[in-house]
Amino acid sequence: MSEQTPAGPDVPVGGPSSQPEYDLGGGATVGARLGTALKSGGVITPIITVLFSFLVGGLVVLVTGHNPIDTYKAIFDGTGLQWLFPWTSGADRSTAAINLQQTLLITGPLILLGLAVGYAFRAGLFNIGGQGQYIVGSIVAVWTGSSWAGMPHVLHVILCMLLATAAGAAWAGIAGALRAITGANEVITTIMLNWIAIWMGVYLFGLGGPLQNGTQPDVPISNDVVASAKLHVFWGDPELQGLHIGIFVALAAAFVYWILLNRSTKGYEARAVGFNPEAARYSGIKVGRTYVLVMGTCGALAGLAGSLDVLGWQFHLATNDIQGTQLAFLGIAVALLGRNTAIGTCLAALLFGALVNGTSVRNLDPAVFEPELAQNLTTVIQGLVVLFVSADVLILLIYNKLRPRRAAPAKAEVPA
Amino acid sequence: MTPPDASDAAGLVLELRGITKRFGALTANDAVDLQLRRGEIHALLGENGAGKSTLMNVVYGMLTPDEGDILVDGSVVHVGSPREAMDHGIGMVFQHFMLIPVMTVAENLVLGAEPRKNGLLDLAGARRRTRELSDRYGLRVDPDARVADVSVGQQQRVEILRALDRGAKILVLDEPTAVLTAQETAELAEVLRALRDGGTSVVFITHKLHEVLDVADRVTVLRRGKTVGTIDTAGADEASLARMMVGRDVVLRVEKEPGTPGEPLLELEDVHAIDDRGLPAVDGVSLQVCAGEIVAVAGIDGNGQTELIDAISGLRHVSSGHVRLRGKDITNCTPRAARDAGVGHIAEDRHARGLVLDFSLAENLALNDYRAGTRFGLLKPRRMLEAAGRLLHEFDVRGGTPGTPARSLSGGNQQKVVIAREVSGNPDALIAAQPTRGLDVGAIEFVHRRLLAERDAGRAILLFSLELEEVRALADRILVIYDGRIVGELPPGASDEELGLLMTGGGAARVAS
Repeated sequence: MSEQTPAGPDVPVGGPSSQPEYDLGGGATVGARLGTALKSGGVITPIITVLFSFLVGGLVVLVTGHNPIDTYKAIFDGTGLQWLFPWTSGADRSTAAINLQQTLLITGPLILLGLAVGYAFRAGLFNIGGQGQYIVGSIVAVWTGSSWAGMPHVLHVILCMLLATAAGAAWAGIAGALRAITGANEVITTIMLNWIAIWMGVYLFGLGGPLQNGTQPDVPISNDVVASAKLHVFWGDPELQGLHIGIFVALAAAFVYWILLNRSTKGYEARAVGFNPEAARYSGIKVGRTYVLVMGTCGALAGLAGSLDVLGWQFHLATNDIQGTQLAFLGIAVALLGRNTAIGTCLAALLFGALVNGTSVRNLDPAVFEPELAQNLTTVIQGLVVLFVSADVLILLIYNKLRPRRAAPAKAEVPA
Repeated sequence: MTPPDASDAAGLVLELRGITKRFGALTANDAVDLQLRRGEIHALLGENGAGKSTLMNVVYGMLTPDEGDILVDGSVVHVGSPREAMDHGIGMVFQHFMLIPVMTVAENLVLGAEPRKNGLLDLAGARRRTRELSDRYGLRVDPDARVADVSVGQQQRVEILRALDRGAKILVLDEPTAVLTAQETAELAEVLRALRDGGTSVVFITHKLHEVLDVADRVTVLRRGKTVGTIDTAGADEASLARMMVGRDVVLRVEKEPGTPGEPLLELEDVHAIDDRGLPAVDGVSLQVCAGEIVAVAGIDGNGQTELIDAISGLRHVSSGHVRLRGKDITNCTPRAARDAGVGHIAEDRHARGLVLDFSLAENLALNDYRAGTRFGLLKPRRMLEAAGRLLHEFDVRGGTPGTPARSLSGGNQQKVVIAREVSGNPDALIAAQPTRGLDVGAIEFVHRRLLAERDAGRAILLFSLELEEVRALADRILVIYDGRIVGELPPGASDEELGLLMTGGGAARVAS
């Protein structure tokens, strides 16, 4: 059945509104198709997706000759999430606190990077450039954060974050503008921009580079962020990478994202363009400008994520940091799993933040599972999530078939 | 109840008894009966959403009925899949063709039952088989042409031939004429008659009354999932069919008083525009639409209508000439500026251009004015909901609340949503492009009445239509467009011949008469 399926074949005129069947085939671009697949299915399918991924991940563990249950237990212990249980006490509790701080330290930027992908999806665009936008934000943050040493604390932090955000926006805006003006596919251009950002960073901080550390001429690393630009640590020891206020910045951004998407005219335009650019154009919405604005917003979120990491705990950038960062790609999985919604993205970011931290070398007992392998397990699960989210279409089809069809209760709210 | 074997004795090749198909709370088919005789053309008539396609999907094995029996040649059969349907001699031609555009006609025809020679595809055999079938049934196709390169009518022939190739004795066509030109429709009718005379039974689904009378021997009418009845077309007329179909008297041609044109509102002066390929598409169009007047632009599809509409509404660059509204020059302004100036636009294709199908009705109704009264760039959801509720009521949109996705409405109700949105902006000029395309008679009546009401409210309406009947029914003046030029003006009483001559480029000497 290649044709678009309207509300159940041949619904009587004036009959009760029926559950729309999900149109899984439409959409000309990868971004549009994924966007369509993602807006359907509620919360059930993401949960199934996660369970499936863990199940298959467990099989992988089993094949390597380890006990999957013990392994998952050990990973969970490493996430620090048991701090939330009231019965965790004493030394366990303080260890859990430190672990949870580390988990949340990763969760904050992941929320922003997930939103940076999700907003593009809603406008029918696929932003694979989170990595480059994150790097550009990091570079600007480390540059501005290591300059202007005498500036007042709050002002310095805000200025660094704003400039990093603007840099990310400009970087992604290039891809948006290319799409709007020449029709160049944003998937290609954002990937290209990733590489440009990486090699730009390697040049800047490499030996003899313009921003290389002045006091250590033999190390390809930036100057350190000065004290006045460091984010305030509110939980844990600032010397031991405690949790900084960036998590609240990320949560605030998620709230703004929700408002933007569902309650603002710009978000309405973005969604209209994402669903049907032609109808949007006919109604007078400037489609090209919307592409530029949406990509710019995505880049701003990713650039902000970069500044949080630099000002919050990294404090400097080495060339191998820039070449090695994979966080932004995790953001794609976060957006896919979170279905481009604000809350979903936050929860998915917490899940991946916990996974990354729980499988880290520091946390996992080598007797249970080699941490080097466990880190790969994170990647395996990440890959499985992406796979199953795409196969979501399949899960949805089965779900639609099995579920008895019923008339949908009419929803009262306007914007979805 | 007739015993199973009585069915064959009555010459019935296909009989449906009490077919019921439910989708959750919706009953798409409610105990539907249908009797198809050997060698007849049987129309299945009903409004959009009456359950015609559902019924035929049941026959073709795409859907499993909840209740009821399918009898082929007098015996109850189980049709669980299209392949089983083919085994029983049932073939179906869908509205959207199942052809592979890059392959040739012959390759498409044998797809799924390819002739082989030494384990390889026997292309010569495929071509031969295509030619044989083509000759036997008198359906001319070129076996070596790529499907992408042949006309829609030709593609449909390939589909029909493919069904016949698989041994179809019963041929089901789902809205076969929806995609065809008038000429192709006439040719299809010939083909179907030839097939009937050769002993094939044909079921064709339609909501167009005149086609039923022209082509079919008998017609079964469905309404809201139920069989209304089966009658012979001999002796039937459009009014009686429409009454069966809609369940009330339908005014096929709305009565109208002559318009009382006021001052000119929309004026075009020597407008030129090029199409997407860079060729001149609008070639010096000048026209004038006054307040309280419907001016129809009649013409064969592809003579510059789309480009002209786009040029007026700011969607296409006007290379020279002027568009004026109330004397104000709106040439080459943005689409939004054109709307703000007072040009409403009922778009040609409501799915592709008129609606965002995944948006709710409230969001769709707000597409033009979602920014009205907003502060800090924030939407006014409550205002949107209230306005939507009001418009849905005023325009009698059924099957949805403001929160319903537009996708789940029937075509007629979707079109009402588009019209409601465009009219609610209170435009001086309203462009209505193919406003009733794909709608059934009940919805057409609504749209026609509404357009006349808007005319009488003092708007200048520029109607573009391919249906001469519609043009004559609504227009106060008819302009004929041919090859990007207005080649003549006729009164609404003009005959088919007069209009047809101008539309095909004849009688161009009458320009500016």
